Amino acid sequence: MSRPSDYVDAGAPLSEREPAESNPNIQQPKLGFVGTLRFIWRQLTSMRTALFLLLLLAVAAVPGSLVPQRSSDPNGVIQYFADNPKLAPVLDNIQMFDVYGSVWFSSIYLLLFISLIGCVIPRTKHHFDAMRARPPRTPARLERLPAHTEQTLEGGDAGAAIAAAHTLLKKSGYRTELYQGKKGDISVSAERGYLRETGNLVFHSALVGMLVTVAVGGGLGYAGQRVVVEGQTFVNTLLDYNSFNPGRFYNPDDLTPYALSLDRFDVTYEQKNLDAYGQPTDFTAFVTTRTPGGEPEKRTVKVNDPLRYEGTDVYLLGNGYAPTITVRDADGNVVFTDSVPFLPQDANLTSLGVVKIPDGLEKQLGMIGFFYPTAQLLDSGAYTSTYPDLVFPVLTLNVYTGDLGIDDGAPKSVYELNTDDMTQLTGGKTGVDSIELMPGQSQELPGGYGSITFENANPDAEPIAADASADDDGATVSTADFASSVPRFASFDVHHDPTQGWVFLFAMLILGGLLTSLFIPRRRVWVKATDNPDGTVRVQYAGLARGEDPGLIEAVDAIAYRHGTALGLER
Amino acid sequence: MDLNELSVLALWSAMAIYALAFIAFAIDLAKRSAEVTAAGELTASESSATKVQAASDASVGGSRASTTTLTRADPDAPQVQPKRSAVLRVAVALTVLGFLLHLTAAITRGVAAERVPWANMYEFAMTGTLLIIATFLVVIARVDLRFLGTFIVGLVLVLLGIAAVNFYVEIVPLPPALQSAWLVIHVFVASTGTALFALGFALSVLQLIQYRRQAIGADLSKLKLKFVATLPGSARLENLAYRANIVAFILWTFTLIAGAIWAERAWGRYWGWDTKEVWTFIIWVIYAGYIHARATRGWRGSRSAWLSIIGFAAVLFNFSVVNLFFKGLHAYSGL
Repeated sequence: MSRPSDYVDAGAPLSEREPAESNPNIQQPKLGFVGTLRFIWRQLTSMRTALFLLLLLAVAAVPGSLVPQRSSDPNGVIQYFADNPKLAPVLDNIQMFDVYGSVWFSSIYLLLFISLIGCVIPRTKHHFDAMRARPPRTPARLERLPAHTEQTLEGGDAGAAIAAAHTLLKKSGYRTELYQGKKGDISVSAERGYLRETGNLVFHSALVGMLVTVAVGGGLGYAGQRVVVEGQTFVNTLLDYNSFNPGRFYNPDDLTPYALSLDRFDVTYEQKNLDAYGQPTDFTAFVTTRTPGGEPEKRTVKVNDPLRYEGTDVYLLGNGYAPTITVRDADGNVVFTDSVPFLPQDANLTSLGVVKIPDGLEKQLGMIGFFYPTAQLLDSGAYTSTYPDLVFPVLTLNVYTGDLGIDDGAPKSVYELNTDDMTQLTGGKTGVDSIELMPGQSQELPGGYGSITFENANPDAEPIAADASADDDGATVSTADFASSVPRFASFDVHHDPTQGWVFLFAMLILGGLLTSLFIPRRRVWVKATDNPDGTVRVQYAGLARGEDPGLIEAVDAIAYRHGTALGLER
Repeated sequence: MDLNELSVLALWSAMAIYALAFIAFAIDLAKRSAEVTAAGELTASESSATKVQAASDASVGGSRASTTTLTRADPDAPQVQPKRSAVLRVAVALTVLGFLLHLTAAITRGVAAERVPWANMYEFAMTGTLLIIATFLVVIARVDLRFLGTFIVGLVLVLLGIAAVNFYVEIVPLPPALQSAWLVIHVFVASTGTALFALGFALSVLQLIQYRRQAIGADLSKLKLKFVATLPGSARLENLAYRANIVAFILWTFTLIAGAIWAERAWGRYWGWDTKEVWTFIIWVIYAGYIHARATRGWRGSRSAWLSIIGFAAVLFNFSVVNLFFKGLHAYSGL
């Protein structure tokens, strides 16, 4: 049996072959163990089961779009737990936050693929045989077939007519076989469209290939994230990543050694279109790459244009500002200086960051800061940013002192400050103003701890002459140019997936297989010629579709027409 | 008046013309119903069933051949052959006129924005509906499916109305994530696929109605929706729906693959179960089920038609609810 028994073209089902009423006197033989297995297998590989599993798969995929998923939206899951403290653990128990890796989702698609394999293997064998078999014997009564036509030739003989039909069908890509009928007729039997079944099998096999490749591919590669500030260099080693997720079979020792420096990060903002004023229209990271012993190369990384380098793909997925902050102790010795990435909170890049100073001062110091690239004072006294570029940058910081909670060596996020064991020194209820700095400015830290400086990365910038009329007394006011006063950072994702090419190949096979299996008609055509007693020749043409074939009747008519033309009919 | 204002004006004009076309198509259906009632009375008075057969002449003529004319009885032909209808021709002409205005709206919007006119919800709706009409016009040039006009033009009118009133946004430049050749290919192919799914959906609905009518029998007086007697038989409608849906399915498969290639470039992974990806996958699986149902005994016919209808419901859901209310990376509605 090449096809499942409930496939449309698979002949009459058992229920139609046998009398509808089952005779109670007939003792059904017991199936036995092997028989039961065979029964289950046959059920699993039937069209009906495949269809059921397909629809079940569609339904099972829905919840993953309703509930946040750990794989694509981990923060959404945390938020969901906070918003629905009672429901969330229940959902978590049935793997609702990991739908696509859950036991139930996996079992559906695995069953589907077993059913698919069980269907494809016997069909492949059958198709292989069919491709080598000759076209079948011509049916005795062609006029019974739905796609049928005939014409009567005056003159000539059946042999010549069939020879012409034979040539015509061969030229049209049919596989042909000549048959001698019992009533003196001769005929050519032809079949075409084997590619339809080939395409169908390629499609289904490629789906299996895709599933296996994706399953294996996830284990062979890795994905890592790294934030790089302008001027900094990232080295492709495990220690230099901010986060690193290796596949099951990936050994981090295999990381290709190379270095990538972020020379400059450029952002272009829309300034003409008032409906999109300040909307970024381009992000470009200018980088220099270098392999050990190799020459440095200048490259760029853009959104939609990743850097393919040394077997890795480097994507530009985020950016922001990294104010350079220097802290000195009361004696003026530098205890901390670094460019600290602040995470953007809105479209105008109001950014949030944390500064931790574990050593060098009497007590550990922590700061939670906001950075406004273009600060605007609100009526409430708080700042907001009104434009994402550096026009009037302001950094505000609240200082905490006490235990940073990092001495026990446990890793802590650099973007979070746990203030449970700390005392707030500025801002909030303390009554002390928060530290407020523009690039190049310094301020004393409260409590005599020392001082803090917001470094200007480009202190030599020419001041911009502001519009004279803006000032009442008509004097020209100079405003500092802050355009490059604060370094930017780029957040890179580095991926390595050796199976990506295979996935692409299988995707192309899927598409190609689908095209051939849906659009190449598989059909049998017969041309039969009989010499009539009156010297004329009766020629019959008939076609039989195997699978969907909306053009069958037209095809049979066309063959009759072309056959007539080949025999010299004048029209 | 700048180009974008011209685009808006052209779009509203197109909607006005489509409204007229919709009315004309509806009048045609009413006329068909009247013809069916008349035919029903005629058969009743003659008390003999007149069977209308579509004859196809498959003969070959020539000096040396005598011709054998074969009359193929077509079981799928309409029970009542509709008369030539002037109002139907007016409806099609209005649709073509509306299409030209609609096309002008899309082109001027694209020129004004200096990019393809499908980068936000308003533009998706404008170009997507344009493709629905274009597909419909191309198809009716080959197969007489003009009876679908009421549905197709009605659907387009509703979608355009919602888009123009609720989704309108001013032209803004493309965000970096959309600056890719894949925007042109991926979204265009997805929209074309959607247009064909819409056609398949309409045919499947008519197939179900027609199937029920055929089950009732040939008595025309019992019909509720009388015009269906002038439409092809349910088996023919099913075949047409299938053909529209499989072409759409191929385009949808391509959309998935092109989307994966683009996602790899833009987001660093080819598949990540983003909500839009999930729904595109669900739609693909439903239509895969539909194609299998067509080849499964007991599922051909009405059951598979339901799958085609559910599939298109999922397509609409994906375009509307998922775009507007679901969180995900495909947040390009511009609203």
